Amino acid sequence: MLELVLAAAPIGVAPTDNSWINFDFTALFQNFWSATFDGVTFGAVYGLIAVGYTLVYGVLSLINFAHSEVFIVGAYGVVVTLLTLGFGPNAPTLSPVAIIGDLLLAMIVGMIASALTALLLERIAYRPLRRRNAPRLAFLITAIGASFAIQYTIFLIQGPLGGPSGANAMPSVTMFQQHPVFDVFGTIIYDVQLIIVIAAIVLMIATDLFIRRGRTGRGIRAVAQDPDTATLMGVNRERIIVITFVVGGILAGAAALFYIMLVPSGVIYNGGFILGVKAFAAAVLGGIGNVRGALLGGLLLGVISNYGQILLGDAQWADVVAFVVLVLVLLIRPEGILGQTLGRSRA
Amino acid sequence: MSLSSDGPKIMPDAESAREAIETESIAVRRHGPFVHLRERWNELPRQAQWAWLLIVVAIAFALPYLNFFPLTTEPGNDWPIACFSMAVYALVGVGLNIVIGYAGLLDLGYVAFFAVGSYTAAMFTSPDSPLAKIPYLWTLPLAIAITMFFGVLLGVPTLRLRGDYLAIVTLGFGEIVRILATIIPAMNGQVGFQNVGHPPGTDAHGLPVFVVSNGTPWYWLTLAVIIIVLLLAGNLERSRVGRAWVAIREDEDAAEIMGVPTFKYKVWAFAMGAGVGGLSGALFAGQVGFVNNQKFDVQTSILFVAAVVLGGAGNKVGALLGGAIVAYIPVRFTAIADYKYLIFGVVLVLLMIFRSQGLVPAKMRLLAFARRAMHWVPPTEPKSAPESANATEGSAS
Amino acid sequence: MSDAVQAVPASDDIETFDEPALVEGAESEREVAVEVGENLVEVRNLTMKFGGLLALDDVSFDIKRGEILGLIGPNGAGKTTCFNAMTGVYKPTSGDVLLEGVSLKGRKQHKITRMGLARTFQNIRLFGDMTALENVVVGLDARHRTSVPGALLRLPRHVREEASSIDRGMALLEFVGIAQHAEKRARELSYGSQRRLEIARALATDPKLLCLDEPAAGFNPAEKEELMALIRAIREEGYTVLLIEHDMKLVMGVTDRIVVLEFGRKLADDVPKAIRNDPRVIAAYLGEPEDDAA
Repeated sequence: MLELVLAAAPIGVAPTDNSWINFDFTALFQNFWSATFDGVTFGAVYGLIAVGYTLVYGVLSLINFAHSEVFIVGAYGVVVTLLTLGFGPNAPTLSPVAIIGDLLLAMIVGMIASALTALLLERIAYRPLRRRNAPRLAFLITAIGASFAIQYTIFLIQGPLGGPSGANAMPSVTMFQQHPVFDVFGTIIYDVQLIIVIAAIVLMIATDLFIRRGRTGRGIRAVAQDPDTATLMGVNRERIIVITFVVGGILAGAAALFYIMLVPSGVIYNGGFILGVKAFAAAVLGGIGNVRGALLGGLLLGVISNYGQILLGDAQWADVVAFVVLVLVLLIRPEGILGQTLGRSRA
Repeated sequence: MSLSSDGPKIMPDAESAREAIETESIAVRRHGPFVHLRERWNELPRQAQWAWLLIVVAIAFALPYLNFFPLTTEPGNDWPIACFSMAVYALVGVGLNIVIGYAGLLDLGYVAFFAVGSYTAAMFTSPDSPLAKIPYLWTLPLAIAITMFFGVLLGVPTLRLRGDYLAIVTLGFGEIVRILATIIPAMNGQVGFQNVGHPPGTDAHGLPVFVVSNGTPWYWLTLAVIIIVLLLAGNLERSRVGRAWVAIREDEDAAEIMGVPTFKYKVWAFAMGAGVGGLSGALFAGQVGFVNNQKFDVQTSILFVAAVVLGGAGNKVGALLGGAIVAYIPVRFTAIADYKYLIFGVVLVLLMIFRSQGLVPAKMRLLAFARRAMHWVPPTEPKSAPESANATEGSAS
Repeated sequence: MSDAVQAVPASDDIETFDEPALVEGAESEREVAVEVGENLVEVRNLTMKFGGLLALDDVSFDIKRGEILGLIGPNGAGKTTCFNAMTGVYKPTSGDVLLEGVSLKGRKQHKITRMGLARTFQNIRLFGDMTALENVVVGLDARHRTSVPGALLRLPRHVREEASSIDRGMALLEFVGIAQHAEKRARELSYGSQRRLEIARALATDPKLLCLDEPAAGFNPAEKEELMALIRAIREEGYTVLLIEHDMKLVMGVTDRIVVLEFGRKLADDVPKAIRNDPRVIAAYLGEPEDDAA
């Protein structure tokens, strides 16, 4: 099915396009650096979401499919906050301080919304199964069931709660104008990109420190490595699991704000889904169970999928490329670039 | 059924291990609600079983004519076409059951195989497609072959790893196929392919029997396909293949150590499930007559999973019923059709917590000649006196 | 000798146990020398390191065809590690295991089973939802050659192999003494029956070497006697047996030779009588008064 045909764009009046794949190398070369920086920026967002997957997998050996919904709930929190604060279409120009304050507030709301979702998820969907010693398959099925339950709840209540009907996206948030900051290799780097990447890296470093130092961090690593022994050593496994979910939720909330800063429109009930798959691919690429790996994987995946989308001509090719990366990593080096180390990193 | 069982437990010491096993074996001997039914079924002589089956099949074939309350759907829904869609979902259920129920592999992107089957049928019969045309009925085996190929392609890298990875890879694959159908120009995106072919045959007026508007012949065709697939699945169950799958599902490591080539059989399960998915997709494409990128979303994959799990993963009849129910409910109760994804999502979570074995729990018969065992007697020593009155069937066969 | 016609016992709680003999049809299909002969398995310089932990240190011993070899040692000596390294569960850090001269190192486990090495598990790992007979037939399947299409279409070879599976499977169940439970789910069997079913299933793979991992764990003395009789009967049928056990009486009573491990190293390798009186072995289990060996 996927014959790789290097075909130029159809010239003249061709009624149907029967080409399969078109490679556009010139577009990629011309926009290489801007593509790279864009990729890094989005990659930072993927990395933040990826940490949620990687932590829960490290501690519970479970892929939390519903993490994409944790993200999207945070996104809804951010959007609603920003719209309420006046970031709508007729926004008056706000002072930089007000902008920053509002964004921070939106981020906090997003973080709280995501963390709460993660908590509820753990308590309602996963904990009963742990109590019953359910087999792995049951956890996965519950995860996907919960993911859909949350998605469709949003779908059904979005309209009645005052927004547009669930089938449509939430209204766009009017972001502030992006201002150029640097000029590198002839390409402009914008303030938004810089803020996001720096903030993401700061958050990741904080998370990494949290895991590597401190009692709770040690507890997380202990449970990741050997839950039974950790319990014997006095670690409260339930508490650790809750904290893991909450940390993932908080980072997802931050990612939600950053994502909306980049893509202010189109927050919709199933918007988390493909982002979740990409973030999971990032986590696997970097090394599942490994927080630094999540960041590395996120950045790499952001760049690669961005290249792919430019190379192949349609924005959705980025998703295809991300998926191909996932399969290739699983095929060639399933433990990822940095390997699985949540259980093994030293204090 | 594996969803309610667990893998091997590490025991602190032999005494408590023994106690735990004794307690469990006593507990398990309690009977569930369906066990009596199944026991009575198993005790029926062969002829009686076949007689009952024939009656059920006859009723199934008559279903499009049984359009009365309370079965009937609300006005505006065509009953024979509803029957057809129940049959398609039932077939999907049986196919996905091979993957989830027999082998214990979670496939969350089954709609991708369904889509590949549909597109195969469309692109080899529709005038909108640049590919060579073949008669519709040939697209059925072709769809099976192509989807099996993709099943192997996807399965080989992922089945070496833990089950979780398969789940997310299939989830991604389901979405990717939909995206590819949109962005690859030759797949015609939203425009799609019209006038998909149909099986031959004309009625008294010279009009084709198989048309989009009449669900009944399509339903009968699908029903025939279901019966064949059920028979083949039954053959597999009562063979080393079925036993290997259940062993893999119960305890993959132990299975490997007992000589089961687990990887090979996992790939087979995945590929065969894919093939049945493709077959259902091709049939679906034929009846609807039109294929585009709108019909194959990830929510449908989850509905498929819900169908199998609800019906009873591991039991082909349960999966079949689950599929029929999942297709039937939104059509019968159109008021809640909008809520169907929410409902089935919640149902999945509740099922896992409260009744993971689904409606019809699995108890597969895994031996082809099980009745032979009931009459087995140790063969007599050649030298001992031939006083053994019962040594007829067992030793002689 | 047992009667030709067996009455099915009323309950499965009390099982009388005659000297078992493998009936025709279930015997191994190979020509096997029953007398203790030349080497079947050679363990050569087997070393297992887990990170910094040296679990096995240069362990070497032979298993001769037709013998019952015991592998003993205090807790933590490395018996299970050695067992797992031999059966392909672990990949040895260095050293090798040879079965009839062919190296087992790095082979996939189901291939090792096909080559003729079968094992049971310390914590029972039966397929709980399958019946006892089905469990055994899974073991028999390892030797079958029916392909997937053959099973799908019920080709003659499939039919033949399925029919013979029933006979051989029932014979094996009869041999270990649980034929009356053939149709019961493995989960529902009593502890003793489950242990015996594990052995039957392992025998079904038609091995040359049968490895038993603590087969008597949790047994009372009467059951241990029956197990010893069964192990001897297994050897009579031409199988070689490797046995890990903690119960000294059982080991001394049934084995031909014993290998003793301590701290991952081979301490002694001799007949039971010699081992029983070996001061090093006694010290390993009880400790020397002056030693502060950890």
